[in-house]
Amino acid sequence: MEPLIESFNYILQNIINALQRGSFYAVISIGYSMVYGVLMLFNFAHGDIFMVGTYIGFGIATVFLAVLTGLVPPPVIFLATVVVTMFLASWIGVFVEVAGYRPLRQAPRASAAITGLMIGIIFETGILIMLGAKRLSFPPLMETVNYHIGGIYITNVKAMIIIISLLLMLALHAFIQKTKWGMAMRAMSYDFLAVPLMGVSINIIAPLTFAVGAGLAAVAGILYGQAYPILDPYMGVLLGWKAFVAAILGGRGSIKGAALAGYLLGFIEIFVATVFPSTLRDFIAYSIILIILTFRPRGFFGMEHSTKLRL
Amino acid sequence: MQLNIQNLNVSYGNIKALHGISFSVAAGEILTIIGANGAGKSTTLRAISRMIPCEPGSVMDFNGQNIMKYSADKVVSKLGISHVPEGRRIFGNLTVTENLILACFARKDKDQIDIDKKWVFDLFPRLEERRHQLAGTLSGGEQQMLAVGRGYMSGHQMMLLDEPSMGLAPILMLDMFDALKEINKLGTTILLVEQNARLALKFAQRGYVIENGSLVLEGPTHELLDNPEVKKAYLGA
Repeated sequence: MEPLIESFNYILQNIINALQRGSFYAVISIGYSMVYGVLMLFNFAHGDIFMVGTYIGFGIATVFLAVLTGLVPPPVIFLATVVVTMFLASWIGVFVEVAGYRPLRQAPRASAAITGLMIGIIFETGILIMLGAKRLSFPPLMETVNYHIGGIYITNVKAMIIIISLLLMLALHAFIQKTKWGMAMRAMSYDFLAVPLMGVSINIIAPLTFAVGAGLAAVAGILYGQAYPILDPYMGVLLGWKAFVAAILGGRGSIKGAALAGYLLGFIEIFVATVFPSTLRDFIAYSIILIILTFRPRGFFGMEHSTKLRL
Repeated sequence: MQLNIQNLNVSYGNIKALHGISFSVAAGEILTIIGANGAGKSTTLRAISRMIPCEPGSVMDFNGQNIMKYSADKVVSKLGISHVPEGRRIFGNLTVTENLILACFARKDKDQIDIDKKWVFDLFPRLEERRHQLAGTLSGGEQQMLAVGRGYMSGHQMMLLDEPSMGLAPILMLDMFDALKEINKLGTTILLVEQNARLALKFAQRGYVIENGSLVLEGPTHELLDNPEVKKAYLGA
């Protein structure tokens, strides 16, 4: 009986770890997926928007901790950091759309794609120039408390990461389903040429889409900073690519799909690492993804859209 | 005149689609432009709704406003010119009601929106029955009703209608044109382009004939219906 419980606990422990990792992928990949769905565009700068968002979160957290500690309880500081960071980072998203992609709306798709890569490099080197090569450490926004439930360990930080990610995604879902802006985004992902005929300006919906994605990525950055406190200008590259994989695996424009695929990625990575040496983790994990895509080339929820490209 | 078009020139790349056409539409009028496939009917509507650029020297004027100064979404939201495009272009992933609400995106008159929506549902009861259904699941006729209803809600100073009869069974076509008459009765000016010349000429008060990007004939529709050239080329008589 004893070994059975132990292996059960071991699996449960890994599920929690996978949920945490999957939360990062899910929240970041949604930004990829939304831009792809609404504008038929891969925003390859998204990983670096996440990175810049994390740095903004770092700055805000540092200032708020210095100024507000003792005046207000830590959860308030945390919440204030999230809200202010989200707001500031969403303007990064707007900037990327207006300065980077808008001038290229009529250009070949490949030009738009490399624009994303270039903006990413500019962000990475920009941070490097401004802050130097030293690695910064994200300050903890709450004291870590360990809980020992049954045979598994969970920290309050881990629980918070999982819960806030879920709440964010639910809020986004409500925004997309219930508001007129969400409606316009869904309409654009179906037939973006017909959208202006509804009196909807694409120049409002496009930057809004980028802003939402960037805001989400920045919150993911703060949460990431609580789990892995080391900041580095290239931290968004690998994470960005993985989020991109999740967005494609989820299916074009499907937020549900991107979230699900993000968690799946987290689970595959964690559980591959429990069986195989961790150096083989990504090799095996992404081979599995490749096989899934071979059988489901449109991803999980590849959305239907109008095939007419001219009005 | 409510809408004045002077010397409208449009090209797709090197191919000239409209050779400086000029026409005007009076407020409350039903005007039709008939012509063969590729003659420039849809291009004319797209130019007015600013979906495609027109060349310098073109003049488009609506109630004294220069249309060329407006972007496509502002033509709808500020000038009140709606465009019901060829092939309907409804949003299949949105419900019927969402399609109608989206069309009011820039409108602030919330009470009037509700009144307009009710009016559209009265005009097309089928839409009300299916209001919670995804628009992509509607039949072709219902989709056309939705496209027209949606256009009406987006702006009803003037409606640009591109082939509303396309793909409809004859009985549905007649219903559709009856509904358009109702919309016109409320004061909406209608500019209709149609391949179905007989239907369009019976429906409209005045008509133009377009050939290879130029307007070649103009007149009251009862005269055009009797014109031997029109009869030979477009009415199959």
